[in-house]
Amino acid sequence: MNSSTNIKYRIGKSSGMQILTTILAFSIVIPLILILLFILKSGIQHINWQFLTNVYKPAGEPNPGIAHALLGTLLIVVLASVVSIPIGIMCGVYLSENKKSKLAYWSSLCVDVLQGVPSIVVGIVIFAWMHQRFGYFALSGSFALGIMMLPIIIRSTEETLKLLPDSLKEAGFALGMPFHRVILKVIIPCGFSGILSGIMLSIARVSGETAPLLFTAGVSHYLSSNVFKGPMQSLPLLIYDYYSLPSSETDPNSFINQAWGASVILLVFVLLLNISTKLITRKWKVQL
Amino acid sequence: MPEVIQMEEQAEYQGVATIKSLSPAKRLQRSYRHIRVEGAFKVMLVGMGIFMVVLVFGILLTLIIGSSQSIKTFGLSFLWGKNWDAVNDVYGARPFLVGTLLTSFLALFISIPFSIAVAIFLGEYFPKGWVSEMLKNTIELIAAVPSVIYGLWGFLVLVPLVRAIEIKLGIQPQQGWGIFTASLILAVMIIPYAASLGRSVIQMVPSALKEAAYALGATRWEVIRSVIIPYTKSGLFAGILLSLGRALGETMAVTMLIGNSNDLPKNIFSTGNTMASAIALFFGEANDLRRSSLIELGLVLFLITLVINMLGKRVIKRFTN
Repeated sequence: MNSSTNIKYRIGKSSGMQILTTILAFSIVIPLILILLFILKSGIQHINWQFLTNVYKPAGEPNPGIAHALLGTLLIVVLASVVSIPIGIMCGVYLSENKKSKLAYWSSLCVDVLQGVPSIVVGIVIFAWMHQRFGYFALSGSFALGIMMLPIIIRSTEETLKLLPDSLKEAGFALGMPFHRVILKVIIPCGFSGILSGIMLSIARVSGETAPLLFTAGVSHYLSSNVFKGPMQSLPLLIYDYYSLPSSETDPNSFINQAWGASVILLVFVLLLNISTKLITRKWKVQL
Repeated sequence: MPEVIQMEEQAEYQGVATIKSLSPAKRLQRSYRHIRVEGAFKVMLVGMGIFMVVLVFGILLTLIIGSSQSIKTFGLSFLWGKNWDAVNDVYGARPFLVGTLLTSFLALFISIPFSIAVAIFLGEYFPKGWVSEMLKNTIELIAAVPSVIYGLWGFLVLVPLVRAIEIKLGIQPQQGWGIFTASLILAVMIIPYAASLGRSVIQMVPSALKEAAYALGATRWEVIRSVIIPYTKSGLFAGILLSLGRALGETMAVTMLIGNSNDLPKNIFSTGNTMASAIALFFGEANDLRRSSLIELGLVLFLITLVINMLGKRVIKRFTN
């Protein structure tokens, strides 16, 4: 009798723990849903054509917009990609081709270190490198974001290329192809889906970064397309800037409501990029 | 039909045909060019490897040079100096160091049950199927939400909530923002890192071990508690370390929620600053010694996250081997 109650207790405990684990696991979805719903609810009503095409206006004036921040984010992120994608892919190729050399070991270690560097530290380092001579300018923000993109691109390239069979490369060499053509025309196209997913994830990751831009691209209220001179506004910095400005909840043009609108755009962009990365890699993985 | 095939063949062999039509001298020239480009390409790859090393050492060197003034002035007492006093130009990092450690460990403490639960759920209970697939993707989206949006949401939704709780419980000060609020948001933000690593190590437990335990009459929970968790201990620990590394360096959400005071925090509800938030707040208008001290804060932050991340990576590597 004693042993049968014991078994019942153990089975009950087992299923109890399973239920508890399930509840705990699903409960962390709640904050995400709350954030999404709240931001969509309070932000989407402020988005209209004028909001997207107008620029900053002082409090009280009608029809302010965030066009300067949209353009700024676009320019800064595109330039960051231009800087970091070639370097990242090349470095990933180097790490996957030379697994045993001493330099590759150190290089790989440095990629690990770079992955863990807090974003604010990247910001102040780029500030120290560039601000004293050139002041605020958008390209320095691109460099900061590019440094943050590098480890993600390098790791995804390296991991993808390591999965490819050696026979692909050997077939290329047997046909007399030189090394660079084997890499550029055979290896990289074969691992394209993995590399692309790394690139897209890194773009999604840095377009929401605020800290590295604080002291590099800076805050600006004007529309600017000159990336070499003068501060340039970006979406995350606009949100950070506007949340601290005094404003009323009821006025639809107040700064806080503009911040909500900008949050919706930033959030939708980042989440769409993440989801489409998943879909693309899933679709292309079948062919590989 | 045969014509089409012939044309395709011609198109395919065109590259070869052009090479064959070249004179021997030209062919030799082309081969030399290939060899030269190949050499340049290899040099470039090595250059990229060197570039990464130079970049990281450059970052470290920049931080050391930038903070040299502060290191010379305060020496080691910078680390436990009690005051961050801009008026008298005396800077000590203790309030921020304590703020950082308090916020990060509190966030870690809150997040561990959830991340372990997710790891067990996805790794053991439901490793396959659309439910787990969806949960996995949703958790990855949690990591994708920009930190400034967490901050904005926390500022307008979480702060009033915490304030109401503080008033109800009679805790001073009743502002709503502070270390506790920042830790709550931080906990949500760092769950994905520990959870995804934990899931993959739990899936690596050999099924022979689990089956042996089942054969001895263990229930599912007993298998998890006495086989899976002991076996994956170090991997789960590594995931928690990576989460901690994230929490230490997180800037924007914390800056917006922690209340920004330079005093030593008295309890978990009081306001404070972390090292990252202090840099974000003060660096823009700081000069000379103050700027140098802030860069030294950055150096300390860099070194702490470096040690924690390297330790985490080490543990994972040892686990997977």
